Order: sequence, then C-alpha cells, then structure tokens
Amino acid sequence: MTHILIVCANQPIAQTIARLIEKIDNWKAAIALSLLEAQQQCEIEVFDIALIGAGITDDEEQELRLSLTKQKAKTKVVKHYGGGSGLLYAEIYQALAKK
Amino acid sequence: MAQTVLHTADTRGAADHGWLKSFHSFSFAGYYNPDRVHFGALRVLNDDFVTGGMGFGEHPHDNMEIISIPLEGELQHKDSLGNTATIKSGEIQVMSAGTGVYHSEYNPDAAHPAKFLQIWVFPNKRNVTPRYDQITIDATTRNEFVQVLSPNADDAGVWIYQVAWFNMARFDGNTTKTYQLHKEGNGVYIFVLKGSLKVDGKEVNTRDGFGIWDTDQFEVTAGTDAEFLLMEVPMKF
Repeated sequence: MTHILIVCANQPIAQTIARLIEKIDNWKAAIALSLLEAQQQCEIEVFDIALIGAGITDDEEQELRLSLTKQKAKTKVVKHYGGGSGLLYAEIYQALAKK
Repeated sequence: MAQTVLHTADTRGAADHGWLKSFHSFSFAGYYNPDRVHFGALRVLNDDFVTGGMGFGEHPHDNMEIISIPLEGELQHKDSLGNTATIKSGEIQVMSAGTGVYHSEYNPDAAHPAKFLQIWVFPNKRNVTPRYDQITIDATTRNEFVQVLSPNADDAGVWIYQVAWFNMARFDGNTTKTYQLHKEGNGVYIFVLKGSLKVDGKEVNTRDGFGIWDTDQFEVTAGTDAEFLLMEVPMKF
C-alpha cells in the first residue's frame, strides 16, 4: 500500500486529489489542510509521499521537510501542480521511481 | 552547439473518451512516459478534439499557467472567478490557476467539433491570486513570428507567471526566418499545426513537436505552406 499525504490549504482541491488517488489500487490518501495538520499526521502515520499543493508556502514546505528529517521518516516531499488529474499520476510515479 | 529533440506525431500519447479525443505530447492523466514528461517549463501540450455539444465539466486547477488556443470551432468558458466567455479560433485564453480555480469548457455548437491546443506551463511563482484573460490574436500576418504570449502585461499577447514567449507563425513555402531567443537558458518547443518545416536542418512535419536549446538563435524554413506555434520556455525553472 502506498500512503500519500495531500498537504493543501484548498479543501475542495485536496478532496478532488484524494478521490483521484483512491481510484488507484493500493494507493491511500490522507488530507492535511495546513502545515500543523501535516506535522501532526506524520507523527502518527508513515507516509510514502507528501504532495505539496495550493496555499502551502515554500517556508512551510521546508518546515515539513525538517520535521520529517528529525523523525527520520522516508517520506518523499513532492510539489503538486495542476490541482487535478492531469499531472497527479506522473508526479506520484516519478516520486515512487526515485530511490 | 544546439541540442534538439524530435517528437513525431505518431509517438504522442492518445486518449479517446468518446466526446474527447486527445493527443498528449507529454505525460498527462493516464498516459505516462517517463522519457516524455516535460520540455523545460512546458509541461502539457494536448491536441484536443471535443465533439459538438460536449465538454469538460467543472473541475479544479491550482499552481499552473494554462493556455488554450482554439484551432477550429469555439468553447464556452465559465469559472469560479465569475468569468463567462466564449473563445473561438483566432483567440487565445490564459488562466493562472494559483491558489485554485474551478472552470468548465464546453463546445456549444452541437453540429461541429471544437479543436484546440491545451498548454500548461509551470509557473515561476506559486500560490498567486487566480486570474483569467483572453484576447484576439493576429491571424493574418504571414511570414513573421507573431507574439501571442509573454511574461509582461504590457507586451503583445497575453501574459503568464513565467519567463516564456509564444509565437504563432504562418509561413509560405520556402520562407526562411531566424528566431532569436529572448533569454539565455531558454529553449524553444515548436509544434507544427499544418505543413512541414526544417528546423536546424531537421524535418518537422504536421503535429510533430521539435525542441531546441543551448542556442541563442536558429533558422526555420517552411518546406510547404505551414502553420506552427513556437513556445520559448526556461529549460531550468
């Protein structure tokens, strides 16, 4: 199972992305609407990928990377572009292909 | 020395949803080719065919510069910013999706298909306030590059959040022109709509894509009467 955390301040877009992710067998999505929510979820669950979506600043992304490093988590942090199905699957496949 | 890549029309990804037929020059939706993901900041080039009376229902976008260029027919646009507009052949539409926008695009003409290019460019700034614009482009000038997009609001064409310039061109057969890049580090992706070209000595035919970079200029010669789009984008962004 591939666990993907969507970190996106725009709730309708986050929900759309989650729905698209869960269409794929063995992919499971969770949503965090802020950096704080993302950090809290990463403390209780191990994610393979954190997708950084709309409304999350570069500084917040860096803070998330830092907190994941402190936890020694292997979560790959990936910027998401487009807000829908267009680029989503390629972004995830590319992240999964990176060692 | 200039580097080049040729993507022939028959190597594009294809999707057939009945009401929508689309050819993808780069990985998009269900088409994934790790060797064909982007050309610099140019991420999506879809050659779309929408059946009469059909279209894309309301759906979201964020953090992307989305450019549509109708080739035939028209599309009715509605978005969450309050814009309602019809865009037709001879016009160009741009949306900076930024923090998020919902939109729909329908072909209102039940009797005729709409054909258009859907182009996505990575923005150089994330989380901008979403915006929409459309303008008429010069469809009469021949044998010149006609700028239809730039990074500057006060320059010709629409503008986007990226150091990119697009030009449309209609060349008579045997016409040769030199394209001068605007910025070091940029490359140009040429998409041929009709006819055939020679670019940097290589033959590029209808619906082929040809990328060229690590150069500050190059020659384009039309082998036949030709229409094409040149997209200059940063190779690193």
